[in-house]
Amino acid sequence: MFKWLHPLAKPETLYHFCGRLFPWLMLSAIGILLFGNLWGLVFAPQDYQQFDTVRIIYIHVPSALLSMSTYTMMAIAAFIALVWQVKVAQWSVLAIAPIGAVFTAISLLTGMAWGKPMWGTWWEWDARLTSQLILLFLYLGVIALYGAFSDRQTGGKVASLLAVIGIVNIPIIHFSVEWWNTLHQGASITKFDTPSVHPSMLWPLLISLLGFYLLMLALVCLRLRTAILEHEQHRPWVRATLGGH
Amino acid sequence: MVVTFLRRELVLLGRQKADWLNPLLFFIIVLTLFPLGVGPEPNQLRIMAPGIVWIAALLSVLLAAERLFRDDYRNGVIEQLVASRQGLMAFVLAKAAANWLSTGLPLVLISPVVAMLLGVESKAFVAMMLTLLLGTPLLSILSVLGAALTMSADKGGILLALLILPLYIPLLIFASAAIEAASMGLPYSGQLAILVAMLLLALALVPLAVASALRINVS
Repeated sequence: MFKWLHPLAKPETLYHFCGRLFPWLMLSAIGILLFGNLWGLVFAPQDYQQFDTVRIIYIHVPSALLSMSTYTMMAIAAFIALVWQVKVAQWSVLAIAPIGAVFTAISLLTGMAWGKPMWGTWWEWDARLTSQLILLFLYLGVIALYGAFSDRQTGGKVASLLAVIGIVNIPIIHFSVEWWNTLHQGASITKFDTPSVHPSMLWPLLISLLGFYLLMLALVCLRLRTAILEHEQHRPWVRATLGGH
Repeated sequence: MVVTFLRRELVLLGRQKADWLNPLLFFIIVLTLFPLGVGPEPNQLRIMAPGIVWIAALLSVLLAAERLFRDDYRNGVIEQLVASRQGLMAFVLAKAAANWLSTGLPLVLISPVVAMLLGVESKAFVAMMLTLLLGTPLLSILSVLGAALTMSADKGGILLALLILPLYIPLLIFASAAIEAASMGLPYSGQLAILVAMLLLALALVPLAVASALRINVS
């Protein structure tokens, strides 16, 4: 696997690799998201208690899961950047951060929109909600910290360090519903042996989830390509590729 | 080695009294602003007091954090330490200890007076003292981390607050939960245990992160 991964540490190779991957990821993401979300938002059955508001789940749960997976991905990239000094890993930290921040914001906003009719409140200071909010601040902190240094190299390293430190929050978010008795319900789809969601709702949810994952990967590819071009703009291969002067 | 560094820090603090007196004054002033802002109704104040004290403590520790590494970075002490490849961890621990002794401990010591001003009941008061005693070292350690991350940043000040305040949230939650339980006459040893656990975990891991942040900032 290292033999396969190693060439990708070279910016030029990675640029072309992401370029080849991007259309496939984006097209399949659009297709699967349309299919999964249409199924979920229009055709899936209503909940017997929550009626149509249950449909928020097809956006809320995938974006919340994505916010954590994206963070984990960013932290792994940051770790690689710090330990093995791979520069494309450092650029990808900054490429991933805004995407994760947006997913976190979406999960918080849809959660609020769901909380108002179901719990009767927009916001409750319970463990799950608070730790998710901290996750948003961590993403924003990584972005802001990078921007605060005039030297991009140092900024990237420090931001990577913060990303690695912030990983402690991920298990806290995940287990918050088990460790504390909170308003937010426990896990219902990650326990596959006895799923507590009916298949007619579970399938569109899983398909939406897959769509969100593909969308995230596609966006990462796109942003990483831009980041590579930005950092390598004075290299000959960029000029040769883009045909500039 | 820690002792040597700690002595140096304390001597420096003794010569620059503003570094530790200003946060303390800030703490007291913020506390006097609250009754003026929310109204001097005694019952209301008594309920809000622990939260007010904690918020004021967070802010005053943050105020002291910005100057933690500034001078040592500018006059090259940190560069020399990183270059000498030893003692960085001891330096970090001494920084955190000196920061706590100069900002955290005075807050704990002055909190009885403050509690009297705000009319805190004796049950809640003991819990408040205990949470401050256990919580302020954690505040110091985390602010050392924030200061190290933003050490060579151009716009460090406000960024430091943005980075560190979210990390203070869990501490604030458990500290206020302990005080609330105490004021209702419930046992609060569980919350205190979690505070101790967070403190020990931070004490074990944060110095590593601080040391590598210092290295990155001078490289």
